[in-house]
Amino acid sequence: MLVTNLAILVLAGFVGYYVISKVPNTLHTPLMSGTNAIHGIVLLGGLVVLGLGVDGWLSKLLLVIAIAFGTINVVGGFLVTDRMLEMFKGKDPKKVAA
Amino acid sequence: MSLPFASFVHDDEFIYVLYIIAFALFIIGLGGLTGPRTAVRGNRIAAVGMAIAVIATLLIDGMGNWVLIVMGVVVGTVVGVPAARNVKMTAMPQMVALFNGVGGGAVALIAWAEFRNTGGFSGEATYVVVFELFAAIVGSISFWGSNIAFAKLQEILPGKPIVLPAQQLINVALLAVCVGFGVAIATGTDSQWVFIGILVAAALLGNFVVLPIGGADMPVVISMLNAFTGLSAAATGMALNNPALIVAGMIVGASGSILTNLMAKAMNRSIPSIVAGGFGGAGALPAAGAD
Repeated sequence: MLVTNLAILVLAGFVGYYVISKVPNTLHTPLMSGTNAIHGIVLLGGLVVLGLGVDGWLSKLLLVIAIAFGTINVVGGFLVTDRMLEMFKGKDPKKVAA
Repeated sequence: MSLPFASFVHDDEFIYVLYIIAFALFIIGLGGLTGPRTAVRGNRIAAVGMAIAVIATLLIDGMGNWVLIVMGVVVGTVVGVPAARNVKMTAMPQMVALFNGVGGGAVALIAWAEFRNTGGFSGEATYVVVFELFAAIVGSISFWGSNIAFAKLQEILPGKPIVLPAQQLINVALLAVCVGFGVAIATGTDSQWVFIGILVAAALLGNFVVLPIGGADMPVVISMLNAFTGLSAAATGMALNNPALIVAGMIVGASGSILTNLMAKAMNRSIPSIVAGGFGGAGALPAAGAD
């Protein structure tokens, strides 16, 4: 299991490296924001650990907070990225900078 | 679940297939985000991938605690959606910092819950313990570092560098505490206070790494913390044996590292000099790559 997962880890690293190797400067901030939303996938970690059962109120509380945090990361991240990118539709390069 | 005709949806293999679809959408979406014409669609494709990954996870056989899960998701949505919708365009970078921070916080909290759940990682394979500890340390650094970045950009804290005397020495000592306590846990200590000690030392480190950095360099720092959170999410995935976390986390870890470098170059700065701190000044915030 460890070796398979390590292989997945290494390959995913290369994908991440190559998929964004050519990106214009104006897209740096939206790209950062988009990848930020993707690491909100930690939400799944909270879902699995809580969903498959934990004992004690403190562990449950920690995981509910973790799920809330992960959800904020995901929904907030994608929405904010979408709003940033909406500015590109105006086609005014000066507006894109924020 | 009691629907016999739908029982295949709880198969591990079916869930893996959904995860694989989600990865594909993340990669297509990220590719889209690198071009001005495809960026909006790319972001939405990645969001669909995330929705599929979440649904797949909820289908895992034996899932329970639904009330608590729904509570967490609802609270997160109620906080996250208005925050993202109402933030001013000029305040976007600090919003991204906050969203990044809560991601790191989630990683650290999951590691803590796993520590409690497994009785101090007793009986877990060494590699699981190592990945959980990495996730706890890096997640905590990312959470607190991002909060400081937010506070500086929001001008809650002064944008100018804040440096303690012998800052480097303190940082090295904190890192040594993290590693030392981590070794103690890996070699059998099951005291929760040792684990909390790691979280606290990493939290202080997160504060001390970002406080000396000036406001103008903050977008680069947020990008770096973004990559950190990605790596810590991947580590959580390695520990929990969840391929969705491994792939998405590592893609962000790798692309975030490259992006940090690109952003620093676009601003004619080098990452070592940014992290060494003291140069960014308190002035206006050029958005990353604004030229």
